[in-house]
Amino acid sequence: MNVLAAIAEPSYFHASWHGNMLAIAKPKAPPGSSLTNDQLCRLVEAIAVDGDREAFASLFRHFAPRLKGFGLRRGVDATTAEELVQETMLTVWRKAATFDRSRATVSTWIFTIVRNKRIDMFRREGHPEADLDEATEVAADQPAADETLVAVEAGTALGIALKTLPKEQLEILQKAYFEDKSHRAIADELRLPLGTVKSRIRLALARLRVALPEGHA
Amino acid sequence: MIRHHPPFEMIVDYATGVSGEGVALAVATHAALCPMCRAQIADVEAVGGALLEEIEPAPISDGLLASIMDRLDDELPADARKPRPDRETARLIPSPLLRYVESSLADQPWRSVGRMFHEVRLPLSGKNVKASLMKLRPGSLMPRHTHRGHEVTVVLAGGYRDGDQQYARGDFSAKDSADMHQPIVDDDGECLCLVILDAPLRLTGAVGRLVNPFLRI
Repeated sequence: MNVLAAIAEPSYFHASWHGNMLAIAKPKAPPGSSLTNDQLCRLVEAIAVDGDREAFASLFRHFAPRLKGFGLRRGVDATTAEELVQETMLTVWRKAATFDRSRATVSTWIFTIVRNKRIDMFRREGHPEADLDEATEVAADQPAADETLVAVEAGTALGIALKTLPKEQLEILQKAYFEDKSHRAIADELRLPLGTVKSRIRLALARLRVALPEGHA
Repeated sequence: MIRHHPPFEMIVDYATGVSGEGVALAVATHAALCPMCRAQIADVEAVGGALLEEIEPAPISDGLLASIMDRLDDELPADARKPRPDRETARLIPSPLLRYVESSLADQPWRSVGRMFHEVRLPLSGKNVKASLMKLRPGSLMPRHTHRGHEVTVVLAGGYRDGDQQYARGDFSAKDSADMHQPIVDDDGECLCLVILDAPLRLTGAVGRLVNPFLRI
């Protein structure tokens, strides 16, 4: 299996690593591949159905550098950030069968895994979750939200919409999502009134939600 | 029909992983009963997926993939250890909460508090926040109180009236130090709630002072 892993590791991976180390900035592929959501879905499904290790290696190459970036944004050292990568990717392997492409993009699914691992590793707490397919007693007068519409086709649109966000809104979103900071902590750090932080986050999300296929209340 | 939902900020904190375990438990419990909030959480998580896709990646150490690949065979499928509660418990307690309740409601070590309600503490990882199930007697008047911190309630059975608002199964209430309130339990049955407190209640009024020594909350 070491052989397999060695084969699975492409050379650009090392190249970009050394490239960064030596700071010889050539136009190089950044760490982390760029695959479409459809390609990523097929990788996760291959893991779920066949225990496909090649697929896992490809998924690792796409996500590991991003997940490490996520850990570093939280303010931990490189070793701890790679521990977070490891725990997250092992969970991806174990839980691949629970992934459902009609409910979320692979990136969103993996975001929820690394979020939970971060809580588990750094706060030693659990993160109770309502499964999306939780049986719900829907009263006759309760409008049934169509959850399957939510994230799926929207994945790409959301990525594009992110690039249109005003810088200060994006910055605050990144703090909320990556740095494990409450509204209050962000306000203190940026020396902004709490109300401003709240409204920027709200505005940013409202703006992004435009990119989602259906408006949600 | 669910009328009262978590404030948007709490949904955001939950989906970004900033909430503490207690509030996360309340939000997940509500969301298990509320398709609308589940969809909203999925939306906020989808933004996390898009941000993760765009995050600045960090180069990964050479051996990490190989060492994770070595461990894949040891990974067992996700632990399927699930609590097996009786039917009444399964009917009333949504799955995120069931993991904390662990056994049937009838078997819980209920503690009578000041003859006003029965309470059982739920195990949380942190010590600063308290999560309990409370059974309130039909028609009872809770002592009027304010809060030093936050009080979050999710109704699981029965209902109560608080001011001019009616709360029933699935409804979510978040109160903070600015709110003084005195819930009155509906007289047609016991009211079962999940209550999260991050600081002791501050009781006001004569009855409150009388009950206070018994409350220990």
